Amino acid sequence: MSESDKPSPSQEPTDPTRRDFLTLTACALGAVGVGAAAMPFINSMNPAADVLALASVDIETKDIPVGTGKTVLWRGKPVFVRHRSDEEIKAANETSIKSLPDQQTDQERFSKDPKWLVVVGVCTHLGCVPNEKKNPDKGNEADGWLCPCHGSVYDLSGRVISGPAPKNLEIPPYQFVNNGSVIRIG
Amino acid sequence: MSLIRWIDERLPIFTFFNKELKEYPTPKNLNYLWNFGSLAGIILVIMILSGIFLAMHYVPHVSMAFDSVERIMRDVNGGWLIRYIHMNGASMFFIVVYIHIFRGLFYGSYKSPRELLWILGVVILLLMMATAFMGYVLPWGQMSFWGATVITNLFSAFPFGESIVHWLWGGFSVDNPTLNRFFVLHYLFPFLIVAVSGLHLVALHQFGSNNPLGIDRTKPTDSIPFHPYYTIKDLFGLGVFLLIYCGFIFFAPNFFGEPDNYIPANPLVTPAHIVPEWYFLPFYAILRSIPDKLGGVLTMFGAVFVLAVVPWLDRNPIRSSRFRPIYKHLFWVLVLNCFVLGWIGAKPPEGMYLIIGRLATAYYFFHFLILLPLLGKYEPRPKLPLSFDDKAVKSL
Repeated sequence: MSESDKPSPSQEPTDPTRRDFLTLTACALGAVGVGAAAMPFINSMNPAADVLALASVDIETKDIPVGTGKTVLWRGKPVFVRHRSDEEIKAANETSIKSLPDQQTDQERFSKDPKWLVVVGVCTHLGCVPNEKKNPDKGNEADGWLCPCHGSVYDLSGRVISGPAPKNLEIPPYQFVNNGSVIRIG
Repeated sequence: MSLIRWIDERLPIFTFFNKELKEYPTPKNLNYLWNFGSLAGIILVIMILSGIFLAMHYVPHVSMAFDSVERIMRDVNGGWLIRYIHMNGASMFFIVVYIHIFRGLFYGSYKSPRELLWILGVVILLLMMATAFMGYVLPWGQMSFWGATVITNLFSAFPFGESIVHWLWGGFSVDNPTLNRFFVLHYLFPFLIVAVSGLHLVALHQFGSNNPLGIDRTKPTDSIPFHPYYTIKDLFGLGVFLLIYCGFIFFAPNFFGEPDNYIPANPLVTPAHIVPEWYFLPFYAILRSIPDKLGGVLTMFGAVFVLAVVPWLDRNPIRSSRFRPIYKHLFWVLVLNCFVLGWIGAKPPEGMYLIIGRLATAYYFFHFLILLPLLGKYEPRPKLPLSFDDKAVKSL
């Protein structure tokens, strides 16, 4: 139609530009739409409401005598709960944090009540569960944890002393309820 | 781009898509009824994607299946949306495919040289029916359980029926082994549908689409490239379709469903009214209208298989109903008859309903087995247009 009326080449580039613009904007909008539609699908793979609802666990403090510990399952992971003796707390406080890869004092870690150590029992290196480490010099008393996978060593504050682990054992959110007779993790 | 050229020289996928999706010469006179093939393909993709995400949360065990579906509805992030997309998608798939089939019947798209294209379509329909049936069993509600019981019992009509049915069940009733294998097959079959759809497309692209005039293309100007003309038309149709689909998902998600399927399966109590999903109702009506067990089952399966032989029952060389003075009316009688069968399928098989159902069943087969061959011989054959641009010959 207009091409036969006006064969001038200067008119040519304008039309393709408008069309290019429409094509690009339409494709961009389509991509946004597809992305928006994909979001609920991707989000469906996140933890569901019932999984999140199962995310707290209670421990009776009277079940754990001084100098012993207990492992409980929280969100599918082991949590070490240890009723520390005064010597253990003292030892944890005396450690020089300068030598540690992840520098934290014991007070920073367990300010709520230093008698109770609560850490996620998952090595911060690659996720194995560290085993309790005995000290043969001190009559085989527990003095920390040793990860069987790659040899990371944690002290009785859950801090990494040596090995490839970059971080101290994680402290889960926890609180004392029922006048301190119950520790609620999560 | 040189990278594309480098790849294409060794693996000509770009040439292939350019030839089959871009340049692909398509009749210039297609109407909107030709949207439903690509639409069906898109729904198949939607069904597979939503189904994969549902399968991540579903548990195929009799004691957990119902609860896992309810968990999807209540606890899984966006689970209700994905399930409603999948649930209503099944109904949408059948609506689109039924329109696609009737389009083929109206315009004679099954006729030479497209017989295999048509038969592959019937195979897809059968696979869809099996997939939909097994999918409906998975929520393990009352309708799931009793639907599964009734449909699997159909096979007891055949010789050695009892052993066939026990084999299907993996036991002596519909139970955990049945649920487990239905889940596996429900996941497998859609990929078979993808494969047969691929063959369907290969057969389609051999001769290209039929068209509303039903005559062959005579010159290059009868065709236009698929892209952008039909990509944009298909996209527009997709937009309209998605609005309707989303209308059901968000405003009437259980419109096509049965409330009884929200009651957990109970092998001791059969619901008062067993009805299949709406898309099976015409076939269900045919099954119930035959007073003989084996006869009913054979007639029902025959209702699908008769479609496969339509290219040989209808020997009239004129494809489009626009140039078939009698068939174009009988086509609509057949459509109406199918709606009647669907309505009867939802009613209890007694009194008038039984009589109407029997008449409609008889007419269904009368249409295909008697009318089509007769029309092939005796229907007047008006002059066909010589080309797409032949304005001298008017459609009837």
